[in-house]
Amino acid sequence: MAQAEMVDRPRVLVVDDDAALAEMLTLVLRNEGFQSEIVTRGDEAMGVFRSFRPDVVLLDLMLPGKDGIEICREIRAESGVPIVMLTARSDTIDVVVGLESGADDYVAKPFKPKELIARIRARVRRFEVPTPENLHIGDLTIDVTGHEVTRDGKPIGLTPLEFDLLVCLAQNPRKVFTREVLLEQVWGYRHAADTRLVNVHVQRLRAKIEVDPENPTIVVTVRGVGYKAGSADEPAAD
Amino acid sequence: MSPRPTDALSQPFARAWALVRAWPGDALHVWRRSLRLRVVTAIVVLSAVVIGSVGYMVMRQISDGLVKSRVDASVAEARTETATARERLGSAGGNDFDPDTQLRLLVENLVARGEVKDFDVVVLGPVGDGGTIGGVRTTPTVDSDSVPDNLRSDVEDGGDGGLAWTFTRIRYSGDSETTGNSDQPGVAVGSTIVLPSDGGTYALYYLFPMGEELQTLLLLRQVLLVAGVVLLLLIAGVALLVTRQVITPVRLARRVAERIASGRLEERMHVSGEDDIARLAMSFNQMAEALQSQIRKLVELSRVQRTFVSDVSHELRTPLTTVRMAGDVLHDARASFDPVTSRAAELLQTELDRFENLLADLLEISRFDAGAAVLDLEDTNLGDVAHRVVGSVAPVALQRGVPVTVVDEGVFMAEVDVRRVERIVRNLLTNAIDHAEGGGVTVRLAADGEATALTVRDYGIGLQPGQSAMVFNRFWRADPARARTTGGTGLGLAIALEDARLHGGWLQAWGTPGGGAQFRLTLPRRAGDPLTHSPLPLVPRDVPAEAARDVPESVQ
Repeated sequence: MAQAEMVDRPRVLVVDDDAALAEMLTLVLRNEGFQSEIVTRGDEAMGVFRSFRPDVVLLDLMLPGKDGIEICREIRAESGVPIVMLTARSDTIDVVVGLESGADDYVAKPFKPKELIARIRARVRRFEVPTPENLHIGDLTIDVTGHEVTRDGKPIGLTPLEFDLLVCLAQNPRKVFTREVLLEQVWGYRHAADTRLVNVHVQRLRAKIEVDPENPTIVVTVRGVGYKAGSADEPAAD
Repeated sequence: MSPRPTDALSQPFARAWALVRAWPGDALHVWRRSLRLRVVTAIVVLSAVVIGSVGYMVMRQISDGLVKSRVDASVAEARTETATARERLGSAGGNDFDPDTQLRLLVENLVARGEVKDFDVVVLGPVGDGGTIGGVRTTPTVDSDSVPDNLRSDVEDGGDGGLAWTFTRIRYSGDSETTGNSDQPGVAVGSTIVLPSDGGTYALYYLFPMGEELQTLLLLRQVLLVAGVVLLLLIAGVALLVTRQVITPVRLARRVAERIASGRLEERMHVSGEDDIARLAMSFNQMAEALQSQIRKLVELSRVQRTFVSDVSHELRTPLTTVRMAGDVLHDARASFDPVTSRAAELLQTELDRFENLLADLLEISRFDAGAAVLDLEDTNLGDVAHRVVGSVAPVALQRGVPVTVVDEGVFMAEVDVRRVERIVRNLLTNAIDHAEGGGVTVRLAADGEATALTVRDYGIGLQPGQSAMVFNRFWRADPARARTTGGTGLGLAIALEDARLHGGWLQAWGTPGGGAQFRLTLPRRAGDPLTHSPLPLVPRDVPAEAARDVPESVQ
């Protein structure tokens, strides 16, 4: 019985070189109903990642053995699993580099445990779409239940977060989403947070789905407001 | 000239002044600025005085010499002629001719000799008694007026054989163009002669022209003038060259000094030779070297200190995170603890919040110190900001029993970083609530085309004289014995001041003991525009005049 319960729990991989913090994280995560595994060295992270197969990775950026940014890239190369960075320096370029190398979100130290749990829950829960099973945006077809995006029948690989972002925009094709609204709906933030998250992920999404990422037609920037889905009828309108 | 900072300051004024006064102002400006012009002018003026006086003396000596020799020669000539004429009259005897013929022969003879020896003759007479034939006889074309009256009286009074001379102007009758003679200066020598035939005394005047001497003197003067002018030009040229040798290194030094002042500390002067200029350059370079190393040391020191503060703040964050989580676990479980442990868990929680705030403020300050703070500008209505912040501090205000009101309604736009301005207003409000002593706190707003202002007024203990500048100091307390109650970090106003400065705005404090305090935030309508005034007064309008007189120094 207990064993079966453990298996159902979401798995969190904690990669942090601070043993006390890692242990404290495990305690808190267990309390909140997560199953966790600790790695304290960067060069051991990938091995444990492959054997543990986590649902979420908590990743410190400064690690012995291998840099957090590098681990981020390697995970992204083989999986779309949500990555949340833990960082002591939220104002540095590290955050942007981390996001650009594939992290979905970041939490700045010192964080409140509830805040971290909310971030993890938001990543595990996924974005919920009320009705339509197939959405169309530009020349793309989104199979919401199958978690697949195709162009002319050919699938495009997106991470769960990128998929959620695209679905959120595609649901209301005419609506303009501010960065704050996207943070709330896709990332699950209740208060205003770092809008760099949105900018970086829109760039990453465009790189995958746009025919010409320099002149986006599917995810269109509305200057001074935010983003909206490009209309299929007028693909060149930006 | 030496590169004084006042030069840079006065330049715009000087330019405006030159515009107003047109070129005289320009000339004055050039004169005041160019050491070289002044030195060269001084040398030329002094040389002109020296050359002029030397030339004058030379001229004087030469002309005196020339005139004296001419006079001596003329007097000697006249003496000889008179003696010869007397001899001739004496040998002719007294009765051979009638006086008329005798006088005519005498005159003709003298005129003929005069033509050969280049002098003119005027014979007047008779003088005194005894003469029989009156009239004037002269060399043809000579005017008898050429003999000055004073010479005539000298000669006539001088008695027999007396010689007298004077300068005169020889005049010629008739048209000077046809005769070829024009009036000219000369020496007139007078003498008397007794005619044997009638015993009458006649005056003989010899007029020696000095035209040649005059020509010589004129030529000499011209030569001296030309020589003087050429000499002056040469001196001016030499002065220019010499001053350039001195001024050029000075100007180079000025340029290098200006560059060093503008932050290019590696600039040095070129040293060549071992003269005074080279030694000046060497000392200058040593000074620059010493300055550079000092500045580098200070820069390095301040960088180390800044990174240290930043590193410490960051290093503290990981353990604090662990402690924070442990505290949260304990806090969540406090219901199952005994009362003492439960209270301890609560205290741990609140103090952890305070610790976190302090750490965040320290980091913010270290970011300002490192110059890493940047503005994220947006056109914002400060009225909205004020209401938002008043709403967010309402729980604390309610708890302390301090009513907070925003008096002015309307739109008060400014281009600001909303996050920072909210932080400023929040810091001002929490500070005011802290010191309100149960009185109210009033927020006022005003805007004009150039600036937008917000004041926070409280009626609490106020500020002692001189404290209005110190309130912005880090960790400063008006009264060290007073406890902090709202959990401020002591960095709030310091951060607020840095935030205001980042906008190019002002944050100022006013206060009077027992009369409360007012803080005024003034921000430019467009970020970066210079502020010249504030739409709101620093001293509140409700303050009586005598209390307002002691306006403390403002802090920007």
